[in-house]
This record gives sequence, C-alpha cells and structure tokens, in this order.
Amino acid sequence: MRRLVNRHPARGGALALGALPFIILAFVYVIASNLRAAHNAQDKLLPTPSALAQTLHNYAFEEDRRSGARLLWLDTGASLKRILIALALSAAIGLTFGVMTGVIPLARATLSPFIAALSMIPPLAVLPILFIVLGLGEVAKIALMVIGITPVIVRDLALRAGELPTEQLIKAQTLGASTWQLIVRVVLPQIWPRLIDSLRLTLGAAWLFLIAAEAIASTEGLGYRIFLVRRYLAMDVIIPYVVWITLLAFTMDWMLRWIRSNACPWAEMAH
Amino acid sequence: MDPLERLPVGRDGALAMARVTARGVWKKYGDHVVLENVNLDVGDHEFVTIVGASGCGKTTFLKMLLGIDSPSRGALLIDGEPIVPEPMPDRGIVFQRYSLFPHLTVLQNVLLGLELQRSRILGRLFGSSRRNALMRASALLDSIGLASARDKYPAQLSGGMQQRLSIAQSVILKPKILLLDEPFGALDPGITLDLHKLILDLWAANEMTIFMITHDIKESFQLGTRLLVFDKVRYDVQAPDAYGARITYDIRLRGPGARAPTPQAMAGLAETMSL
Repeated sequence: MRRLVNRHPARGGALALGALPFIILAFVYVIASNLRAAHNAQDKLLPTPSALAQTLHNYAFEEDRRSGARLLWLDTGASLKRILIALALSAAIGLTFGVMTGVIPLARATLSPFIAALSMIPPLAVLPILFIVLGLGEVAKIALMVIGITPVIVRDLALRAGELPTEQLIKAQTLGASTWQLIVRVVLPQIWPRLIDSLRLTLGAAWLFLIAAEAIASTEGLGYRIFLVRRYLAMDVIIPYVVWITLLAFTMDWMLRWIRSNACPWAEMAH
Repeated sequence: MDPLERLPVGRDGALAMARVTARGVWKKYGDHVVLENVNLDVGDHEFVTIVGASGCGKTTFLKMLLGIDSPSRGALLIDGEPIVPEPMPDRGIVFQRYSLFPHLTVLQNVLLGLELQRSRILGRLFGSSRRNALMRASALLDSIGLASARDKYPAQLSGGMQQRLSIAQSVILKPKILLLDEPFGALDPGITLDLHKLILDLWAANEMTIFMITHDIKESFQLGTRLLVFDKVRYDVQAPDAYGARITYDIRLRGPGARAPTPQAMAGLAETMSL
C-alpha cells in the first residue's frame, strides 16, 4: 500500500472527486427541504428545488409588475457594470503606483509608507464619508471597491516588481534602456501576469464591497435585491442570487486565468 | 543613417578604443576594506581573465567597471575619463544567470538592444527599421548557432544556450568593454568548451576589451591574453576585514610582452586558488 501522499487521482477520478462535495451539498439540501416541506407546505427557510426554479424563472423571464424589467438581468447588469469599472480603475491605479514604487527608489521612499498606511484603513469605515461626499450614486459604490482593493494591488505589484532580478535591470541598462524604456519593455510585460493574479485574489474582496455598498444605498443590483427581499424571508430569491453571484465571480476568475495563460505563455513555463 | 553609427559605442575606430586604467583604487564598505590600492593599465582589445579566492573583491572590481559601484578612493578610468556611474551601452555584461528577459523570445532578446537604441519612446521598431534590426539579430543568431531556437523562450533553453544568448544580446550593441561575471560557472564542462570558442570568436570579430571573472584557473589561462590574480597580501586574524585584496599577479599570457609565468607566480597562484 503506497503512502497517502503518493497516491494521485487519475484525470477522471480527479473530476469525480472534485464534483463530490457539490453533489453532497445538493443532496443534503434536497433532503432537508423536502423534510421541511412535508411538515409545512408554506416553509420559507429551505424552499424546494421546484420552488427555487419557479422563482428564478420569474426573475429571469417575467417582467416585474412594478418596474416592467426582468429583475435578474437588471440587477446583474448594474452589479457587473460597477464591479468591472472598479476592477479596471483599480488595475490602472495599481499598475501605475505599483510599478513606480517597485522600480523607482525615490518613488518608493516617498509613497511606500503612505500606501502602507492607506491600506490599513478599513474601507467600510470610510463608506459613510464616501456617501456624504460623493452622494448615494454610482460613484460612491465604485469608490468603495477601488479604495478596498487598490492598496492591495499596489503593494502586491510593488513587491513583484521589486522581485525582478537586479541582473535583468542592469542588463537592460547596458543595452541603453532609459528608466521609461525599462518600465515599458522589461518591467510592465513581466508584471502583466502578476496583475492578473492580483486581480484574481482581490476579486472576492471586490464582490464583498460591492454587495455592502449595494445593500446600504441602491435601487438595483444583486446585493440590493438580496437585502431587499431579506425582509420577507424570501429564501427562494436569496439562494438563487447567491448561487448566481458565485457563478459570476467564478467565471470572472476563470476568464482572468484564461487571459493569463494565453497572453503570457512564458509566465507558465518553469524558470 | 543608421542611428547606431552616431553612438560612442559604434564601430568607428577612434571611439572604439577601450583603455581601462585604475590608479590607486580602494573600496571600503564602512570598516570593511574590500580592495586596497589596485593599479592597472589594460590596453585596447585585451582579454583579461580575473581569478582569486571568493570574497576577494573580483566582483566588486567588475561592479565598479560596470558603474553600479564606485571606488572609495582613487580613480578608475576608461580612455582617460572617469567611468559613468551607471550602466551604459559602452559596457556590456553577462552574469552567471538571470540576465535574460523571460518574457521575450530568443530573437526578441537579441533584438531588444537595437530597439532600445533606436526607439526612445516605445522601445519598439516598425517597418523597414524593424526589418533591418531583425536581419542583424537573425544574422547574429545564425552565427552563434541559435537560429533554430529563435522563437523559443529562455525558459525552454538549456543553461549553455541561455549563456550563448546572453552573450549575443550584449555583443549586438558592439560594446567597447564586455564584462563577464563567471559566465560559465553553472555549466557542464563539455558545454563550456563550446562557449569558450564562441567568446573567442566574438572577441576576435569585435573591437572589444573583455574582463572575465572565473573560478576555473585552466579557463583563465586558455582564454585570456592577460591574467589578474586578486588576493589579500595582509591578513589579520583578529580583524579579517581590516585589509583588502589587491592584484597580486598580473601575467601576460599572449600578445606583445607575453612570457611564461615564473615558477614563483605559479606556486603563488596555486596557493591563492587553494584557499
């Protein structure tokens, strides 16, 4: 009998093993919801799969009586727009300051302590300030996400840029590279894959801040809807929405990974 | 006109001279003396090999030539001028490793120097200037036997191929001085022989002065026209950092003034290297 640490699943086996926890969870849910439904047909806490499907169908394909919109898509569009704008802004700011502080010693000396301090501010504590200063519109929500994830990206990229071997930077200078050329031809191309990794890692936090902002002040959005229907214990809405958010986040993560391996094939190779 | 022609690193005879002079060079880090009173005069187109026990300031000396470190006292001159205190295209460098750009293919690694010289903003070339640069880079790759690997990334190359590429990358700008910091230290002996031939060919074909640090005493004799040995002549057990190293032997191996090293020199060398 080989040791446990030396036993690797085959390809099909790994897939089956990976699916197992999902299947168990679904199975447990179905049994529990059926048990509760058998006791009380009006049970709100664990709606049966058919009730979930019915609600999901209504939200996705039926027009809302009050607004005339198909709510799932309205909410998804609003939330995705917010999170994508926030991610793009954070990436741009993170890249600029990360590379600057990572590569230029004077910039590092000037900005590092400031960024380190900024990153310690709990973003949610700033949320009231954002709402007061920026109003209750889109800007405040996007600002919350940007404030929440940008310092992490900046610090991560600064570390990564600083990790580039000195030999490389010296070599580039002996090839005549100016500081600017060093950044655009040597540092930035090698930072792209790190930026994507960094975005993947901050994706969870970005969604957290999005839901928080939407829960407090919004008129549409996935987070808004969940907190709205919470008042009616509408688990049949909340559960599909949570699954849908998870699916969206997972897809974004998968897409970022796909971009990384296709745009930076060299980064996947062993050094 | 080819912009490279305008650079001081061009092939233009008068400018391509590279005399390296050290006048009483000392290097200290705090109380730690690394080099003391190094004096040296290296003429144009010499191939200087440098040996010495580890921690003897060989790399410090190379760093000063490179411009990333400067003498604490004394003067280090190239063609009578103090060395510009940062890396410049007149001095190429090949490290033991990590000097290739992992995100660029073999061809792009060689092309980079030309692109950086000619495109100050984007660092990229387009159209006919790109075609010209590509031709030069491809020709160089052909001549050093890397043509078949031109579209591979450095991570896909063996250690020997990587060093080949690193040398080509430096040589394409025709530096006055090429600095080699134990370039073959991490390679198998068989591969090293091929690279010896390569570096001698490139040295013969270009008007450059080479400084090469090596741990391999045989290599230093085979390649160099001149061999420098760095060693500490004074040593205090109570204060090991109090005295620095200096050039203890300066042996002309080839060219004018060459003669076989004296038996004392060989004995001294053996003693130095056994440390």
